Amino acid sequence: MSQFQEKTQIIRIERFASDIVRLTLDSPDIASLAQPGQFVMVRTGNSNDPLLRRPFSISQTSNGKHFQILFKVVGRGTSLLAHCREGEYLSVLGPLGQGFRVDCQRTHCLVGGGMGIAPLLFLGKYLSRKCTRNPPLVILGARTREELDPLVNDFNELGLSVHSATDDGTLGHHGLVTDVLKGLDLGPNCQAYVCGPHPMMAAVHLLCKDRGYACQVSMETSMACGMGACLGCIVPVERGGYAHACCDGPVFDAKELLWQVK
Amino acid sequence: MASQVNGVDLRVSIGTLSLKNPVMTASGTFGYAREFMPYVNLHRLGAVVVKGISLEPRSGNPPPRIVETSAGMLNAIGLENVGVERFISDKMASLQGIPVPVFVNILGDTLDEYKEIAARLAGVQGVAGIEVNISCPNVKKGGVAFGTVPEMAAAVTSAVKAESTVPVVVKLSPNVTDISAIARSVEDAGADAVSLINTLIGMAIDSRSRRPRLANVIGGLSGPAIKPVALRMVYQVAQAVSIPVIGIGGIETAEDVVEFMLAGATAVQIGTANFVNPRASEDAVEGLAHYVAEQKLGSVRELIGGLILP
Repeated sequence: MSQFQEKTQIIRIERFASDIVRLTLDSPDIASLAQPGQFVMVRTGNSNDPLLRRPFSISQTSNGKHFQILFKVVGRGTSLLAHCREGEYLSVLGPLGQGFRVDCQRTHCLVGGGMGIAPLLFLGKYLSRKCTRNPPLVILGARTREELDPLVNDFNELGLSVHSATDDGTLGHHGLVTDVLKGLDLGPNCQAYVCGPHPMMAAVHLLCKDRGYACQVSMETSMACGMGACLGCIVPVERGGYAHACCDGPVFDAKELLWQVK
Repeated sequence: MASQVNGVDLRVSIGTLSLKNPVMTASGTFGYAREFMPYVNLHRLGAVVVKGISLEPRSGNPPPRIVETSAGMLNAIGLENVGVERFISDKMASLQGIPVPVFVNILGDTLDEYKEIAARLAGVQGVAGIEVNISCPNVKKGGVAFGTVPEMAAAVTSAVKAESTVPVVVKLSPNVTDISAIARSVEDAGADAVSLINTLIGMAIDSRSRRPRLANVIGGLSGPAIKPVALRMVYQVAQAVSIPVIGIGGIETAEDVVEFMLAGATAVQIGTANFVNPRASEDAVEGLAHYVAEQKLGSVRELIGGLILP
């Protein structure tokens, strides 16, 4: 599999809500090879502190030239990235990991929460082009309208309608994405693709299991290298032991993982 | 490119083994080398040290296993590995194709385990050297780490040495009172070289949750943060022993390599930097060639122990 380490130029910076940022990066090598669900490791600066790269799902590619990452400012690394300027360069490794597995014979349902929506946009675009007979159903949740609105718009621009849910009720359903999913009948041939906070993914997995839907989840873990060397990014698996999110995932069949459901 | 700096002699020797340059990769930071092929021209490196191997497979510690700290990282991977049998059957084939010497790092809970792994690896094609991790707890001696008691370190060294047909490097723990004493004891026991330092034991706490940031509570600190400690220990050990010293600890660039060699190292290993820049080892070789050419040195070996004291 081809992977690259590149200096990529920041083409565009967009700020959604107060702490959500989207970067568009110029990298034909990465953009042309990336598959939905894959990720990149981004260096946040040239100094040794913070030391490690940060993993981000690829949220969209365009024209085989550019790709986007979407993130919330949660610490020093993301804060540094949020303060970059257009025209600056970032060191990026990618595309990394195993992405979503798609079968056009199925009906598709995308379920995203918060920043977990990022890789689903790439997948939504892919599905709407490849599986034209049955466009995916999309359910997105976030804290507020301010946070969710721009992300919903991205899907609308692809011609996909979105079921929304917000924690504060400012957009769509007042509550969880799982509430919305519960109210929909997706038929026995459904394949759900899920990315979001761990409890949300666990809840969706259980619901899918209950209804006989197939379910793929994209796992977020901390990791140092993104390429199978540091062994830091483990997720517990059903058969015992661990899988590595960087190269066995980040997308897994939810049934293969060991879920700690409270 | 290193090859473009013509006529620069970067060769060094570790025991009977000749390396084309002093830059190696550190165990546990370079996988089984295959992972780095998209990024690194492996033939440019001095040697590769693969992930630590135990007698039986180990699944390692629960998550979280790694946490970033100031200019460094803490890890408590728990020595996850496939075990020596699967290492030989599944991993050796691709390692045999690597055009540089491959050191296999080994670890154990008892003297017998070290002995058995070394015996199992003896004669396996593609194993150019053994690196012995003696930072593990000795379960038969109440969990005291082998590397912290000179007699135990020596016993492991002679056990492995007796089974091995290739050079044996002993990787020293910095979590000791006098690392020079340990280095002398493993030299006396027959080690062909010592490599140092392994990680410094550390800890990180989340002030909000009041919990440790690693599931294992404590872990090993690596990265640029530990470089001054590593340099000091290499400097002291190089004066205490006459076998080659391999410097490890926060090395990222050719300048770092030069510093460790001036302190007395014959070769170095690049570790955590591989995670940040997978091409770090090759970049260091390239930079080192330029340094040697620019300084008009006859060979890189002139740097070893060449520190000018005040």
